[in-house]
Order: sequence, then C-alpha cells, then structure tokens
Amino acid sequence: MSKLEEIWMTVSIGILVIFMVIVGYQTYALGMGPPSHKETIDPQEVEQTAPFDNPGLIDLGDNQYELVMTLEAFAFNPGNVEVPVGAEVEFTMTSKDVSHGIQIPGTNVNAMVLPGHIQKITQTFDEPGEYLVVCNEYCGVGHQAMFTTITVK
Amino acid sequence: MEQAKHIGLRENVISKLGVNPQDAIIALTYFTISFATLLIGGLLGLIQGLERAGLYSLPAGFNYYQVLSAHGLLLLVVFTATFTIGYQLANLSHSFNGLLPKVRKMIWVGIVLKVIGVVLAVTMIVLGEASVLYTFYPPLAAHPIFYIGLVLLVLGIWSVAFGVFINYRHWRKENPGQPTPILAFFAMGVFVLWFFASLGVTIEVFMIIPWVLGWVETINVMVTRTLFWWFGHTLVNIWYLVATSAWYIIVPKIVGGKHFNEKLIRLVVILLVVLNIPGGFHHQIIDPAISLSIKFLHVFMSLSIAVPSLMTAFAMFYVLEKAGRKKGGKGLFGWFKKLPWGDVRFLAPMIAMIAFIPGGAGGIVNTSNQMNQVVHNTMWVVGHFHVTVGVSVVLTFFGICYWLIPHLSKRQLTAKMNKVGVIQTWIWTIGMTIMAGSMHLAGLVGDPRRTSDTTYAGHETALSWLPYEYVFATGATLLLIGVIIQVYAVFNMMFFAPKGKTEYPVAEPEDDQPKVPMWTERWGLWAIVLLAVVAMAYVIPIVDMIVNAPPGSPPIKTW
Repeated sequence: MSKLEEIWMTVSIGILVIFMVIVGYQTYALGMGPPSHKETIDPQEVEQTAPFDNPGLIDLGDNQYELVMTLEAFAFNPGNVEVPVGAEVEFTMTSKDVSHGIQIPGTNVNAMVLPGHIQKITQTFDEPGEYLVVCNEYCGVGHQAMFTTITVK
Repeated sequence: MEQAKHIGLRENVISKLGVNPQDAIIALTYFTISFATLLIGGLLGLIQGLERAGLYSLPAGFNYYQVLSAHGLLLLVVFTATFTIGYQLANLSHSFNGLLPKVRKMIWVGIVLKVIGVVLAVTMIVLGEASVLYTFYPPLAAHPIFYIGLVLLVLGIWSVAFGVFINYRHWRKENPGQPTPILAFFAMGVFVLWFFASLGVTIEVFMIIPWVLGWVETINVMVTRTLFWWFGHTLVNIWYLVATSAWYIIVPKIVGGKHFNEKLIRLVVILLVVLNIPGGFHHQIIDPAISLSIKFLHVFMSLSIAVPSLMTAFAMFYVLEKAGRKKGGKGLFGWFKKLPWGDVRFLAPMIAMIAFIPGGAGGIVNTSNQMNQVVHNTMWVVGHFHVTVGVSVVLTFFGICYWLIPHLSKRQLTAKMNKVGVIQTWIWTIGMTIMAGSMHLAGLVGDPRRTSDTTYAGHETALSWLPYEYVFATGATLLLIGVIIQVYAVFNMMFFAPKGKTEYPVAEPEDDQPKVPMWTERWGLWAIVLLAVVAMAYVIPIVDMIVNAPPGSPPIKTW
C-alpha cells in the first residue's frame, strides 16, 4: 500500500468512525433512535384487544396525548384528529391486515406499522396547520387513497 | 529452451483466443434475453412516470401496481441477472480458454429454468394475481404460481453458479500453484455472493408457498421481511461487484494503462463478498420488533461495506491519472483531459464510476438511523437506486456491450456505432440526472414512493410535489429514448455490424508487481467468514423474532 493510499484510507475510515459516533450519540444520548417498539398483538384480534378496541386520542394532561390508531387497507382510524399547538403526541399503532407505513411530511414521523406488532413514535407539533398523514408502504390497490390529516390549532 | 518457447507460444495463443465460440453463443443468448427485457421494463418505467404525474392513464384492467411489480422484477432481477451471467461467463471462457462441456450443459439448463420461472411470475403479474411489487412482503399473498416461478428463477441461477464453481475447481486442479486469472477471480466472488444471498429469499419463499396453498394458516411477517432483505439489498451489491470487475480490469486497458495492484483488487473482492449480506438490515431501520442496539450494530455493519468502495475510488483515480500522465497530461488536472472521452467503452463506465460518488454518499445517508427515518419509503430512495443501479451499474453494463458483443459475434465496433454509443451515454446521463435528482428532492419534502397518485385530495403539501413529478416524467422519457438506442446498438452489433475482430480489453499488471498471494484463493474460508458475519448479524434478531413472535398473519389479497 502506498503512502497516499494509507492517508486516504485512514482519513476516510476516520470519517466513517466519526459518523458512527454521531449516530450513536443521537441514538443513545439524545433519544433520537428510530421507532423500534417491541410489543406484539394478535393481528386477527386487533378490535378485541386493548387499547385498539377503542382507538382515539387520549388526553394525558400537560398538553401530552396518546393517539391510539389502527391502520388497515386503506384507512387510518381515527382520522382527521385535532390537537392544540405544542401538543406532544405519542402514536401507538398496529395494523389489522397487511404492512403499512405512517409518514407525516414536514416532520420526522416515519414508521413501519406491521401486523402483529405495536409500533410507537412521538412527535411534538409546535406549528399550527393541517398536517398530511400518508401510508408510505404499498398496501394494495387503494394505497394512494390511504391518508388522513392532523390539524394543529 | 524448447519448452519455454512452447509455453510462451501457448500463453500467446490463449490470450489471442478470446471467448470460445460455443460459450459465445451462450453469452449472446443471455444478452438477447437481457436487452429484450430492458426494452419491456424500460417502457413500463415510462408508463409509471407518466401515470404518476397524471399525464397518462392505463387502459382499463391494468393498474399502476401491476406495472410497478413487472418493472421491478424485469429490470432489477431479470435484465441485470442475465447481463451479469452473460458477461461473467464470457470472462470465464476468456480466462479459462473455454468452459467445460458439462458446465455448458448446466448453464443451458439454467437458462431454461430461468426463462420458465420468469414467464410464470410475469404471467401472474399480468393476470393481476401478483401485484405484490419487488418485495412481495407477506401477508400480501400472490398466486402460488408466482412463487413457484421465483423458485425456478433461483434454481436457474444456482445451476449457473454451481457450473462456475465446478469450472473453477477444475482449472485450479489443472494449474496447481497458479492464481486464477483476475477476471475469473471476480466471477467467483460474484457467484459465491449470489449463492449465499439467494439462500435468504429461498427460505422465505419456502415459508410462503405452503402458506399460500393453505397448508399452514399463518406466517411470521418479521422473519419473512428480514429474509427478503438478506437477499434484496445484496442483489444490487452483486450488480455493483460485477461493475467493479470492469472498472478494475477493463477500463485501465481501454485508457492505455495497467491495472492496480492485484493483491488489493482481490482484497476488495473478498471484502465485498464477506461483508455484504447484513447491509440489507438498513431497510428495516424503522421497523418494530428490532431493538435499538441491533439497529446500531447494523449501522456499523452497513458502513463497513463502504471501506472496499473507498479503496476502489483510490485505485481507479490512481490508474486513470497514471494513464493520463503517460499520454502527456500536465499539471493537477491535465491528465483528466487526456482520457479517451470520445470512446464509449471508456465514457460509459467512467460516468458510472463518477455516479458512484453521490450514489455511495446517498447510501451512507440511508444506512444512518436518524437520516433513514427522514427518507425511508420516500422518493429519495427511488432516486438513490436509480443513481446506483441505474447509472453506476447499468452504464457500466452498456459500456461493456460495445466491445463484448462485437467480440462475441465476430464483428466490429464501427466509428459510427461508437458515436451512437457516446450519444446514448449522454442521453442516459442527462435523463437519469434529471429523474433521479428530482426524485431525491421530492423525497426530502416527503413524496412517498410506490404510490400511483400522490395528490391526496388536493392537500397543499401533496400539490407541492407535482412539479417534481413532471420532472420525473421528463427524465423517464429521455431514458426510454436511451433504452431504444441501446437495444438497437446491441442487436446491430450482434447481427448486422461489419464482420471482423474486436479486442477483449483485459489490462495487464504493472511491471515489477509482487506475486499474487495464493491465500486469496481460499474460497472455502471466505464462505465460512461470510457465514460468520451473517451469523453475527442475524442470529440474535431472527431468534428474537421467532421466540417473541406474535400470532402469525393469514394470506391477504388487497388488490
């Protein structure tokens, strides 16, 4: 290996290591890790299983909310949710049929919601507006019609 | 003395022989299938681009997801796989002075199995029985024949892979103590990685078939997803490894230079083979049921694949600069202008290599947990693989056509055809830059991938994506023009170009290079290392997914 190549590889591997450190710091120190919830559920019994037997927005006080939501071809339930400005919303979700994804453009909400698994992700809505919520995993012929909104006011 | 002369003569004859005529027929058969597939798959790509931008509607009875399923399968699996096999077999035949007769038979069996498999799978898609896309995630359940088609496709690939392994062993036995020619070494890397990559999807499909037939009621969704990505991402890295074989060994000859230090080239091949499979996990960064620590481990495992690519970047600039300076290039960048930009055999792979700089950087973004969450399942990802596969791999493949096809058909690359190739390369480059560039941008503002219509009842966020989608459609139009020119060029060089001899451009090592280390040939050992890396990556999460599995899912058809 030539001197130049040694320098090139040292610098570039060094950059990768710094990169790892940043990703690790964000994940573990800042709590910014990707949605990775590990609870499970019987995908054929979602409607009979708490909390999904009663999906909806739960007010936890202090402008904190839990949004219990089911995803199915081709709808989010509940849809068209309203929350006040500054609300911290924890989404608790599962799928009643195939694989879905939830994405709120303009935020970092992006998570896979799979049958048999409960997925959680938290978002604070500081800006008022009507946020578009879309399914971003192909789920069937009506996939493009699977969307709703969250209104923040 | 007499003997030395004899050996020298023999080597001389071998290097002039090129590809054995019987093997040339095999390779040309593969290229025929490959470019017919490219034409169909490319047309389907344009239809999607137009439909998504709202500029065209499919006739009744067909829908976007059918077209997308066919486009993905035909281009990402069939076009690339058949090109790869044709090119790798030509390289082997050239390196080994012809394939063994029994290996040829295995390869013909492979072709038949693959064609039947693809016809079955595509028929099911056309009939609307398999609109499950390239990923076919359960519990989406296609018609059983679709999966049987996939099994035949994999068996066809294995038939070729085992043929290659047999031929390699035979050559090693016949030439004790000699390192295999470098192109044959690359071919071993390609087929070893391909075999182990396809194990994941094979297990998955054998879980799916009894489930769609109703013999078992439910399936483990997480396990099937994970097994899919074991294969699904590795596949594109196999195409990348194939492209690097041309970058390292063919391009230096075309620019009038020598290839890089062979020991380091072999090290790059080995690293790409053993490290590759766990990279698939970065497709599951925002999945439930995988812990944060496992996901963090996979950031490390995915990033490690960047190391051999960084070595490649150094090697290629080294080789190109040296060749450019030899031709009289002066100053810091003078050598760059001396490169043969008017030669399509250089231009196409050169643009392919340059595209891998943003392509690789985008890959590092995708594999980093937090950034992945921003771009996952958006058009960014589609833009990413149209740069990496669509340019870095495909333009390399196109560039190879301009010397390999006339070589195999015993014809010439005419100056006129070279010009057609140069124009084609620029149309492709501009088309992909426009299309993939706007896809990246649209993804950053949230435009989801794999969706037929993203207007969402006229929501203002969704309407802001429309201008980008018009740009996708423009790029896709240019790309279809590029496909048509390329397919014309391929078949012209196959059947109509003037008869003659075309060189097989294989670079020589530099003078005074040390002997190639024989330990690099220990493929049994590399297979064990590969399996150890796979075990490190997969045992804990898959056991966790099985032990802590929820009740499974029944088959569901939602289209």
